[in-house]
Amino acid sequence: MALLQISEPGRSAAPHQHRLAVGIDLGTTNSLVASVISGSAAVIPDAAGRMLLPSVVRFHADGAVTTGHDAQARQSEDPLNTVSSAKRLMGRGLADVERGGQSVPYRLVDAPGMLRVDTVAGAKSPVEIGAEVLRELRLRAEASLGGALVGAVITVPAYFDDAQRQATKDAARLAGLDVLRLLNEPTAAAIAYGLDNGAEGVYAVYDLGGGTFDISILKLSRGVFEVLATGGDAALGGDDFDQRVVAWARAEVGLGQPSPQDLQTLRARCRVAKEALSSAERAVICVPMGVDDPVDLILSRETMVAITQDLVERTLKPARRALRDAGLAADDIRGVVLVGGATRMPQVRAAVAKCFGREPLTNLDPDQVVALGAAMQANVLAGNRAEDDWLLLDVIPLSLGLETMGGLMEKIIPRNATLPVARAQEFTTFKDGQTAMAIHVLQGERELVSDCRSLAQIELHGIPPMVAGAARIRVTFQVDADGLLSVSAREQSRGVEASVVVKPSYGLTDAQIAGMLEDSQTRAEEDLRLRMVREAQVEARRLLDATEVALAEDGDALLAPPERAAIARALYALGELLEVHDADSLAALRSATDALNRATTDFAARRMNAGVQRALSGHRLDQLEQLV
Amino acid sequence: MAVTLSETAARRVNAFLAKRGKGVGLRLAVKTSGCSGMAYALEFVDEEDADDLRFESHGVTVLVDRKSHVYLDGTELDFVREGLNEGFKFHNPNVKDQCGCGESFTV
Repeated sequence: MALLQISEPGRSAAPHQHRLAVGIDLGTTNSLVASVISGSAAVIPDAAGRMLLPSVVRFHADGAVTTGHDAQARQSEDPLNTVSSAKRLMGRGLADVERGGQSVPYRLVDAPGMLRVDTVAGAKSPVEIGAEVLRELRLRAEASLGGALVGAVITVPAYFDDAQRQATKDAARLAGLDVLRLLNEPTAAAIAYGLDNGAEGVYAVYDLGGGTFDISILKLSRGVFEVLATGGDAALGGDDFDQRVVAWARAEVGLGQPSPQDLQTLRARCRVAKEALSSAERAVICVPMGVDDPVDLILSRETMVAITQDLVERTLKPARRALRDAGLAADDIRGVVLVGGATRMPQVRAAVAKCFGREPLTNLDPDQVVALGAAMQANVLAGNRAEDDWLLLDVIPLSLGLETMGGLMEKIIPRNATLPVARAQEFTTFKDGQTAMAIHVLQGERELVSDCRSLAQIELHGIPPMVAGAARIRVTFQVDADGLLSVSAREQSRGVEASVVVKPSYGLTDAQIAGMLEDSQTRAEEDLRLRMVREAQVEARRLLDATEVALAEDGDALLAPPERAAIARALYALGELLEVHDADSLAALRSATDALNRATTDFAARRMNAGVQRALSGHRLDQLEQLV
Repeated sequence: MAVTLSETAARRVNAFLAKRGKGVGLRLAVKTSGCSGMAYALEFVDEEDADDLRFESHGVTVLVDRKSHVYLDGTELDFVREGLNEGFKFHNPNVKDQCGCGESFTV
């Protein structure tokens, strides 16, 4: 017989219509599934009572797949076919990962769209690997809740770009899950804390997980969550602390190039030692030495702090930036919520307490808090809660915009705009008679297109021919509640339209999101200079075009040969400079533009006069009065 | 006769009520739907109805509307664990037949 759960007053479902929904925290290191059972959110354990499912997938030669603890336990035996931290690869190209300097023990191969992991069972994409983890969690939830799920809320780091979000959705679909919504992890944590504690105010969510760091500034009031600002580092997490310990241990014993098995074993032991240091002053690491006897190392808390202090520091910079973005000082923060297993490390807690000037909140399990919040959100979205429940505001993590002349990024939706959002801006043509326009959709904070992430290209055709600058093209950017983007362009006079829903190509050539925000800060001056150069180039090209048109029309009639030669020289000099794409050419470019301007001043005046004469000749005074 | 809770069930209900932070008790009801005619409903109660029948069982206030009581008289609500799944189970002496899954029944 089916087992019943207690419902909210008036909300008990008809038989066979239970709307079972779960929240899933798909983590880099560990994943969890939670659901609201009889009114309260709880993490669903597996048959052995374990809450965490290691996000580890092992592929066997016969096509079988093992996930979780079983896969993790055998990781050192079969390192090439056992994939962990696949979330880092989600929606990424091989170039992105190599540029990020990540070393993985398994073989990565490039493939169109997204990289693959080469295993005995064939090349597996991160989407397939993520799907295995999600499928395991779905089966666990269905066995526990006693029925099929109507859907799931899956959390993603606030930093995930469109490609990574889409890849996560695809993984869910592959795992047989209907995604009710993607939710930013810190927002989920806030839901868990905000509802359970009912405390209002501005909070910071400091989330140091296995592979990602996120900081979010959230405002909780009257049960409404508003994300004021987000920031972080997509390539910083507990894994990096593990690697520091591994590097330290290898240096201590002079271990050169260990076998993949030994490296996996060492990595696992270093992780255990790191975790032990959260409650103990020192821990022992037994370092495997290949054919030689293993060596025991003692890792003290002081050493741990010394070798990881810069990693902790790296989290504080985005934290301070997010505060600035929100227009707040550390004093304005009512509390700091810790999320992620890595926040158990005492040096992290101490650094957070120092940065925000207060002790962080830790009353919910930092490993579970995101999944619990996601479960609460899933419960609402599945229709199991009353109408008067909370509403959720989220923000976009990176600015969205398009390419303008000179390879510059024009931002349409600034970062941290609340979702859903729609913004429109008018653009015009650059050349006379231009009938088509290419719209290059971009994501990022930098000034130059080449430093931003390319999301899509659309072309608008059928613009009526007009002089440059006369056409009015309205470009609308819309981002839905999942953070997915659609862009449309419409020519105002004739109404021709083009649009695209950004289903982005999975991060082939793009710089890692991780560095993007930081770069926009550290390279602000360089960007400004480049922007000025580009603008000078656009101005120069416009002048060149205009002068050439004028010469063709009136050059013979109005210019003496020496004058014409002088203009041609200035024209040529400027044209030369434009060919050389040198970032340092700003001054030269400006003076050459000025030179051409000066050389054509007389010519322009004569053209003006000639134009006026043409307009006036053959008219009587009374006709002229009508004309004027 | 009355409607009662097993000790395990009462403990769980009290725990759920405490976590929820509000509510005066538990409502047991019968609705006319489901594949065998009737279906059970189990809800938290925020406000008592004047017509409700009121039972106390192991410290939990159990409310049953008069119409449902006809079908539920003598029922004991239990809390059981079956594999990974755990939840409440009705032991209802009035039931003549129930559908395979047990979510609905006939009297």
